[in-house]
This record gives sequence, C-alpha cells and structure tokens, in this order.
Amino acid sequence: MVVSLGHYLAVSAMLLVLGVFGIFLNRKNVIVIFMSIELILLAVNLNLVAFSASLGDLAGQVFAMFVLTVAAAEAAIGLAILVIYFRNRGSIQVEDVNLMKG
Amino acid sequence: MIGSLIGTAAFYVFATVLIASAAMVITSKNPVYSVLFLVLAFFNAAGLFLLAGAEFLALILVIVYVGAVAVLFMFVVMMLDVNFAELRGGFQRYAPVGAAVGIVLLAELGFAYGGWRVSDAAPTLLASATPAGMTNTAALGQVLYTDYVLLFQLAGVILLVAMIGAIVLTLRDKKTSRKQNIQKQISRTVEDTLVMVPVALGQGVGVTGIKRPLPPKVKAGHDDHGHGHDDDDHGHGHDDDDHGHGHDEDDHGHDSADHTHDEPAHAAHEDH
Repeated sequence: MVVSLGHYLAVSAMLLVLGVFGIFLNRKNVIVIFMSIELILLAVNLNLVAFSASLGDLAGQVFAMFVLTVAAAEAAIGLAILVIYFRNRGSIQVEDVNLMKG
Repeated sequence: MIGSLIGTAAFYVFATVLIASAAMVITSKNPVYSVLFLVLAFFNAAGLFLLAGAEFLALILVIVYVGAVAVLFMFVVMMLDVNFAELRGGFQRYAPVGAAVGIVLLAELGFAYGGWRVSDAAPTLLASATPAGMTNTAALGQVLYTDYVLLFQLAGVILLVAMIGAIVLTLRDKKTSRKQNIQKQISRTVEDTLVMVPVALGQGVGVTGIKRPLPPKVKAGHDDHGHGHDDDDHGHGHDDDDHGHGHDEDDHGHDSADHTHDEPAHAAHEDH
C-alpha cells in the first residue's frame, strides 16, 4: 500500500465537497458559511501541496502560501463585516441581508 | 509518495480524522463546537502537509489558522449574542439540494482526477524544482524571495489592506472621545470665541451675563477657611462691603462658598 497523489486528491475532493455541502446546509448561519469557505480553501491548499510534492515543484507550495494569506485576509474582513452588520441590524440572518436589493 | 507502513497508516488516520471533523464542522448544532472541529481539521491537514513533505506550510497552517483565524472565529462567535437555535431552521429543507450539488461535484472531480495523466515532459517544465539536500523551508525561501518576490510583496499589501479595512470597518466613533477636529479648528473665527464687553467700573462682568465656569467645589474645612478669607480681602477691596468682613468664622465660610463663582471675575476687574 503506497500513498500516492490520487489518495491526496481523493481526500481533498471530499473536503471540498463537504465545504460546498456546508454552505447549502447552513444557509442561515453566516459564521458556519465562513467556516465552510475555510474548508474549501483548505482543500485547495491540500491539492496544491499534493501536486507540489508529487511533481517536485516548489511553485505549488508557494501558491499554497499565497492562498493561505488571502484566506486569512478574507476571514478578517468577513468577520469585521459580520460584526458591523450585527451592530446595525441585531441579527446575522443571511436572509435579512437585502438592504442593497432595492 | 509515501512508502513506509507507518507513513501510510498516518496518512489514513489524518485523512479520516480530517474528513470526519470537516463533517462535524458543518453539521454540529453549536457554532462553538464547529470552530473547535475546524481547529481539529486544520491540525490534521497540517499532518497531511507534513507527510507530503511541506513542513513549512504545515507549521504555518497551525500558526496562522489555529492561532489566528480560528481564534478570530471563536471570538466572533462568542461576542455576537445570537440565538443559534433559530439559525438552524431549514436544515432538512436545504440538505437534499446540498447533497445533490455535492454528489454532482464529487462525480465531476472523480472524472477529472480519474482521467488525469501527468505528462512525460512534466519534469522539464517545472517552474521551480525542489533542490536536493536542502530543507523545505530553505528551498521555499530561495524561490519565494527571488522568483516570486513581486507576489510576495503583493501578499503583504493584501494583508495591510485587510488590516486597515478591518479596523476602519469596526472602529466606532465615540461621542466622548476628545479627538482633534482640524476643519473645525481652522474655520474658527475671532468672533466665535472673543467678545468685547464694556464693563462699568466696579460692576464686574457678572452684570453682562457672562460667567466664568464654576471653580472646583470648596470643601468645608478650616484650611479652606483661611484661604477664602484672604481671597475675600483681596478681591472686594474698599467699595464693596456687603459680603461681610466682620462676620465670625463659620458664617464667613458659608458666605464665601456661595459667592465663589463671581468673586474671581470681580477680582480680575479690580486689577485692571
């Protein structure tokens, strides 16, 4: 039994699907939606690292690091928006977010 | 990639716990548990990174995600006073749609990976091949600060923008904060603040309706008494005897406490 690239890709595919499923499952709770997005980005990172290790190319790891950076920035901004949204409306119901709908 | 038995076993353990904790993240009832399972998922993903040989990224994942992002999530979950039970509504309603989308996505990924073939020319196309005899961190640094230095600096700019954005978004203006309003200061004219009042001799500015702010409260005590008495002598001078110099100590103390707010103005007038 040898762990190959395919094993890593299978794990990462399952992780990505779980993240997408989580977005559908928790459509009202925006915090869990953020966590699902983090899971999806983690799956992407796992893919990049697996290909990087399999091909012996460091570019994948460098890009995984950039994905990590952007994901951290995204989490910070998203949670800041969440906090001010809660301050203004007193709820974080995703269905209430329709102020800009016209 | 991994040949040894222990490595294979570790891979399966990490992968199983990763998938299980990811499933718990999206299905647990309490978001606090979701965050904790997210931490577990990150730890196991870091284990998978380690097995793949990306040691630096594994530790960065633990430091950045578990140390910062998950704590930030936990902070927000705890800070917002939200009724999470109410947010659980529609769980069953949305589950079939989500499952359908997930299965379709998984099938597509399976097709994509199933037909995946690495080209024979791939080793010659490597953008930055891993050098032999070098640690992962050193090798990453060698490409990160040379080939990818522009992207690296852009990542720094993104982090800076995110930091400023988060601060700007959540900073609340307090009404009591004594910050400088430069526009207000510059647009101030002399007329706004300075009034020339003709005051008759010996009348004091009290008659014009302009009062100084009240001095701090005088404590009833013998120390203040003596002081108050001295002030009184100075300020009132000769023509204004109605404040009573000749009273006894207790009476005088009471009197001076009552009149404190127009006494200094009066004194100032007498000086001129």
